[in-house]
Amino acid sequence: MSTATTHRRAAIEGWFTMPEPGSGEAPHLIGTRCVDSGTYFFPPERVMSRAPGFAESELEEVQLSNRGRLWSWTDAQYQPPPPYVPVTDPHEPFCIAAVELEAEQMVVLGQVPAGVTVDDLELGMEMELVLDRLRTETDEDTGESVDVMVWKWAPVPGKAGRS
Amino acid sequence: MSVAKVAVAGVGMHPWGKWGENFVTYGVAAARAALADAGVDWSDVGFVAGADTMRNGYPGYVAGATFAQALGWTGIPVTSAYGACASGAMALEAARQRILAGLCDVALVVGADTTPKGFLKPNAGERTDDPDWLRFNLLGATNPTYFALYARRRMELFGATQDDFTAVKVKNAAHGLSNPFARYRKEVSAADVDASPLVASPLRLLDICATSDGGAAVVLTSQDYAEAHLADRPRVDVAAISTVTPTFPNTVIEMPEFATDSAAGIPAPQRTFKQAIGHAAYEQAGVSPGDVEVAEVYDLSTALELDWYEDLQFCAPGEAEQLLRDGVTTLGGRLPVNPSGGLACFGEAVPAQALAQVCEITWQLRGQAGDRQAISPDSGEAPKVGITANQGLFGHGSSVILTR
Repeated sequence: MSTATTHRRAAIEGWFTMPEPGSGEAPHLIGTRCVDSGTYFFPPERVMSRAPGFAESELEEVQLSNRGRLWSWTDAQYQPPPPYVPVTDPHEPFCIAAVELEAEQMVVLGQVPAGVTVDDLELGMEMELVLDRLRTETDEDTGESVDVMVWKWAPVPGKAGRS
Repeated sequence: MSVAKVAVAGVGMHPWGKWGENFVTYGVAAARAALADAGVDWSDVGFVAGADTMRNGYPGYVAGATFAQALGWTGIPVTSAYGACASGAMALEAARQRILAGLCDVALVVGADTTPKGFLKPNAGERTDDPDWLRFNLLGATNPTYFALYARRRMELFGATQDDFTAVKVKNAAHGLSNPFARYRKEVSAADVDASPLVASPLRLLDICATSDGGAAVVLTSQDYAEAHLADRPRVDVAAISTVTPTFPNTVIEMPEFATDSAAGIPAPQRTFKQAIGHAAYEQAGVSPGDVEVAEVYDLSTALELDWYEDLQFCAPGEAEQLLRDGVTTLGGRLPVNPSGGLACFGEAVPAQALAQVCEITWQLRGQAGDRQAISPDSGEAPKVGITANQGLFGHGSSVILTR
């Protein structure tokens, strides 16, 4: 039996890049930048700048910094209600991180990959954007399994917080 | 600056709980209690405002009319307001404006809810352009997720401990013991809080408020009407209603957002959103934080109550734990916070909650709060100035200042 192709899709279109595995490219969140004011938007604003006074400004698509510092964190000890889709039965707690991006001066939320607990996290520690499986679903047409991908924040090894 | 006042002629509530009735039942009970308290007949009411519920179908989206029909159509104008946790205050503001515009003398404001058990969650259906739907789907981020991010931040920045959060719960549980409208009237020990399961680290089950059924109503009148008809009753006035929105860039992560605004191009405003909510109320009322003698603040989590001490300028940032430990915010202290027992004893009935806060402050200012009565250390009497505060998702929040 030949090796099955890995089918992947983004959990939401247009919010993050999805480089091919093994490409060596790092994933990024996709934002927009209000050219005249210099402010950033995530999720990307596509219609007009929300910066008051800059309604006429052009919005350019940008890749946001894929590293930042941990602003705060928590975990989900209980299984969230729908439309959260459970990935394990029983529920395994997962962490959620709020990460501050220096250049963009904004805080972005993301899950933390499985295996990291709240005790592994520390204020100010460096966090890196990674792609991870949010859940697996079955393609209705082909019956094949599809990994639904999302961005997550992972601690950068050796980069302690509170610096 | 201070704006013209309207009078709180009557307040009423239906007890909070899990009663399994239609929300209209609770709203009507609260409305009738408020009308009776005011000594005003429904037929004398010139305007009705309802705070909407999102969990009870179409009647909930047109709550003002739903209550008006249930009380008996009288032909008066109506409005229905939804502003998440601030819904009740938005309805109250509609009534105040109506009176101040001279369009009516008496207005009735009602909010009620029937709430399912467990985490509040979006309505069914797939809505991939709705941030409230997406945060559950993509992040698994519940409301306690956000409360916990703030709580952790307090611990890291200000040295707050889980013991401080516990102390808030123990205090509020003690406050609510004798409140006939509270759902939970049971002493809670520190050991009880510690033993409750972790929900969203560092918050445990007893740090987070439940969701409840309940109803609250307020009758507002013009000053002239109050003087002509209610002169023999204890007089409480609405000195301010703040329903401000955030100012861009909002640099604090808030439900249901995935990210804050960016401060890269435009500097963050002088005040955070929560600070702005209280500030606008103080400005409007022409009172200062030092004048406040009793407060009802939104303790969605224990840690959030501490945030409010600072956001309402009861103390400087980082000093809330000390204020709590010194007993200032406990009944008997200089500035009791949540004498009703707060959300800790009530659980949240979203459209009723901002009005319930106004009911409690009214009873406190009238000196009618019984065993949970706040006493001003300066005058030895009931407080003269009370404030409420809450915040909900999608840029909603409110603060009401009552005076006597």
